[in-house]
Amino acid sequence: MTAIVPESARASGPDHENENARRALAAGVAPRKFGALYIVEHRIRALRGYASSAILTSLGNPIVYLFALGVGLASLVPEGIGGVSYLEFVAPALLCAAAMTVAANETTYPIVAGFKWNPIFFGMNASPIAGAQIVQGVMIFIALRMTFAVAVYYAVILAFGAVPSVWGIVTVPIAVLTGMAIGLLISSYSATLKDERGQLAMVMRFGFTPMFLFSGTFFPLEQLPIYLQPIGWVSPLWHGVELGRLAAYGHAIEPWLIAVHIGYLVSIVVIGLWSTSRTMTRRLAG
Amino acid sequence: MPAPVITASSLVKKYDDFTAVAGIDFEVAPGESFGLLGPNGAGKSTTMRMIGAVSTRTDGELEILGLDPNLHGPDIRSQLGVVPQQDNLDLDLRVRDNLLVYGRYFGLPRKLIAERADELLEFAQLADRKTAKVDELSGGMKRRLTIARALINDPRILLLDEPTTGLDPQARHILWDRLFRLKERGTTLVLTTHYMDEAEQLCDRLVVVDKGQIMAEGSPASLIREYSSREVLEVRFGSDKNAEAAERVQGIGERIEVLPDRLLIYSDNGEAELEKIAAMGLHPITSLVRRSSLEDVFLRLTGRSLIE
Repeated sequence: MTAIVPESARASGPDHENENARRALAAGVAPRKFGALYIVEHRIRALRGYASSAILTSLGNPIVYLFALGVGLASLVPEGIGGVSYLEFVAPALLCAAAMTVAANETTYPIVAGFKWNPIFFGMNASPIAGAQIVQGVMIFIALRMTFAVAVYYAVILAFGAVPSVWGIVTVPIAVLTGMAIGLLISSYSATLKDERGQLAMVMRFGFTPMFLFSGTFFPLEQLPIYLQPIGWVSPLWHGVELGRLAAYGHAIEPWLIAVHIGYLVSIVVIGLWSTSRTMTRRLAG
Repeated sequence: MPAPVITASSLVKKYDDFTAVAGIDFEVAPGESFGLLGPNGAGKSTTMRMIGAVSTRTDGELEILGLDPNLHGPDIRSQLGVVPQQDNLDLDLRVRDNLLVYGRYFGLPRKLIAERADELLEFAQLADRKTAKVDELSGGMKRRLTIARALINDPRILLLDEPTTGLDPQARHILWDRLFRLKERGTTLVLTTHYMDEAEQLCDRLVVVDKGQIMAEGSPASLIREYSSREVLEVRFGSDKNAEAAERVQGIGERIEVLPDRLLIYSDNGEAELEKIAAMGLHPITSLVRRSSLEDVFLRLTGRSLIE
């Protein structure tokens, strides 16, 4: 059975057809180029709803941590670690961990929500914007939010006098790179979740928390028995923290290892972006 | 009528072992209001997602506005308005903001979007709710906002997947009125529905779809003429006596359908058939004579009801 418009009812078609196609092709140019940025715009507009709480936590968290560790814990480690005070030792790690926290907040539930509870990804994809652009837009927004949070954190660290080197400012992009690597790792997983039955809480408990504690964050990785050290080696946080310490106070790392740290983080970003894009594009096109 | 804006031939969509759309052919002319009528799971939504240049076809040919969606998805989507089966408004944004961000997806200038947003809120009868949160809106209002959002790019074709499913009767009528206005303005509408009254109200032409295939095609009136009688007599004898009564009334009317709870007797004169039944000494508990509807067409074509 077919349902074809009767031949008699059709006028000469080709011109109209070309006109329709021409209009479509012209209207498609801007979204093909800038689609990801339109998504960033959307996310920023949505952020307005919770901007004040985002700013408060960005400020509140570092103050609490720096007091607890810098004033409290540091008094138990008067000799410092590796030639710097305990606060100077822990500051770059806290910065990376702050980026990681933003990553965890933005790449777990919000990604599942975008398909399920507030399925905005489908709405975006019904417009000219492609699946990969949605992922890019979401990730650019997360990187911006992370940069803001990390910059505020860095300002508080400076206020506590915990950065000896002028190169310390480089810890900000290092933290963002670390955070994005972790975020894209998480999003590669959360994008696959069709049902959320506590898997994300498991990721936080058995992924995020051990990574936070065992990545040379609060004590050097070498303090751990050798069989536990691999946790640090695979953890993007450890690689970021090592780089951060290099920038903040010239922590001694061999040059080849610097290349490994950067290469590891960049690779995870690239692979995570590819895998998240692939999963989301497939789900949207199903 | 100029060249069709949508042409599908032997269109197929498979998911693993399951064939959702099993080779369908249709065309939609500009300005036409075209419907896909069928029960849940008939493949209507899948077809809509292929027309929407979102879901990729497994086989067959599809052209929308003269372009292949496999190659020109974004370009085609720039010309479409999409009202999905489930609203996907951004609940984190307010009513008007939903239109503003959506307009930006098309790369439209902010000033133009702002003007259109206000016009569309007026059209959707939501002008007084523009700063409300989406969650505070009723189902019908959300639906109207979704339609307003779908119109923000002044689309050439508006796709509506089950536009009034789940709405109360009053909300449905308001929505039909709005859609009818769009139709009068010359917007091409493609809609799916499993409500025959909706199809009768809104569609110039429709296809009846079942199990991924097109069973029949035509205007609502021509389908009814072709596949059903002018009137239908519905009689109920009570669940245990229906089957027995059905045997006794054989031969009355043009055709009889036996449903679990009632008999449908197809005829051009329902009252006359009812008199014949009474003359046989049968006394139905209730009886009703009505016009034939698309529901009857569907029953005839598939042996099943639309809403199961």
